[in-house]
Amino acid sequence: MTTPSRYWREIPQRYRLEANKCKKCGFVFFPPRLICSQCQNRKFEETKLAEKGKVLTFTIIRVPPQQFVDQAPYAVGIVELDDGVKLTGQIVDCDFEDLKIGKRVKIEFRKIFAEGEAGILCYGYKFVPE
Amino acid sequence: MEGIVGYGAYIPRNRIKVEEIAKVWGADAPSYKRGLMLEEKSVPSPDQDTITMSVEAAKNALMRCLINPKEIGAVYIGSESHPYAVKPSGTVLAEALGATPEVHTADLEFACKAGTEGMYVVLNLVKSGDIKYGLAVGADTSQGAPGDALEYSAAAGAAAFIFGRENVIATTLETYSYTTDTPDFWRREYQYYPQHGGRFTGDPAYFKHVVGAAKGIMDKVGMKPSDFDYVTFHQPNGKFPFRVGKMLGFEKKQIETGWLVNKLGNTYSGSSPLGLTAILDVAKPGDKVLIVSYGSGAGSDAFIFEVTERMDKARDLAPKTRELLDNNKCYLEYGEYAKYRQKIKKAT
Repeated sequence: MTTPSRYWREIPQRYRLEANKCKKCGFVFFPPRLICSQCQNRKFEETKLAEKGKVLTFTIIRVPPQQFVDQAPYAVGIVELDDGVKLTGQIVDCDFEDLKIGKRVKIEFRKIFAEGEAGILCYGYKFVPE
Repeated sequence: MEGIVGYGAYIPRNRIKVEEIAKVWGADAPSYKRGLMLEEKSVPSPDQDTITMSVEAAKNALMRCLINPKEIGAVYIGSESHPYAVKPSGTVLAEALGATPEVHTADLEFACKAGTEGMYVVLNLVKSGDIKYGLAVGADTSQGAPGDALEYSAAAGAAAFIFGRENVIATTLETYSYTTDTPDFWRREYQYYPQHGGRFTGDPAYFKHVVGAAKGIMDKVGMKPSDFDYVTFHQPNGKFPFRVGKMLGFEKKQIETGWLVNKLGNTYSGSSPLGLTAILDVAKPGDKVLIVSYGSGAGSDAFIFEVTERMDKARDLAPKTRELLDNNKCYLEYGEYAKYRQKIKKAT
């Protein structure tokens, strides 16, 4: 279970893919960080992740956590975005037999899960075939 | 002059055929297909709702006009299926686009015409000079009661329009609204499915208001049906738009381009707005387009647009409506559809 405040804190990343880029070495952090783990620099510029990429690897989840029971089986993958950033997310609207490493995908805005019958609805990014 | 600067559509990939629904309820599929002129309808995935489809349609609209989202001064979603009973859909959309915090946001509701309501409001806010750009979305994930005639048509989709004054791709020549209190379709608080007045939804409701609005706007500007290249009416089923078009003196070829309902179903607040996106996808500079929505309860909004030269630059920057309708489809069985639409009662 997430809380409304935690969900709210993650909105810039979950809705708009906001990241930051180290001004010294160019490394991109998602979510943004205060100190670059590569060169310890503290100066960053705001950036947004690319919205298209290719599947690096994936798995099919058949025994899901509680909030995802109705969605099972579903695919979760690591996607290398066109800017080189690797991002984990659900891959939807794709038949499993068509899901291959290297497949081109794009990001779509989807409901990630609902907090039970009465809690908040949590939205964010998922991947769909390009 | 004010008008549309960007437009976008979104249609989920899932479909269910009329035969698949009719089979479950022992209904005669050919007579439904003939009677309603419907073949299949769109169905949202379990992770899609009015908010998610609005975001995707609005992103497509932004792709066509390439404006800074921070310059959008108003965001309205018209829908009868807002996911929350209390909490706006529009705030999620505005946040997802990066239009917050200097933006006026509201959710609108008026059965199937909530989408054009938003268009009417943002257009007039732009006209007044209060905002530079305004975004209006018509979106729905409509539900018909199992076995009811509405179940064959209630579908899902979204259309988004950004209005502004500069770099307009379709100029608004006129607007007109026609409204009376007519209880032809309703859903009371806490009720899951809507009720409707059967045949009462026809002559005193749909036809009276669509004809009233279409005649009203044409009289206002001194135009006649033959002056238009395209027209799109609200599409609750396949037959009504052609019948009302004939009553008004429009020809079939003027209606067909924006007539999506046979393969899409009735997308409620998205219905005539999606018809307009399909028309804008092919319309040429100088073409005149009439759109007349209809919302039960009841009322119609009418708009006349004239396509500008800039349309040719914008059209190909985002997916076209017919492509979304025809490509990457996934056909569902009734059981999957019932699960997706949460029609199955589970243990709690």
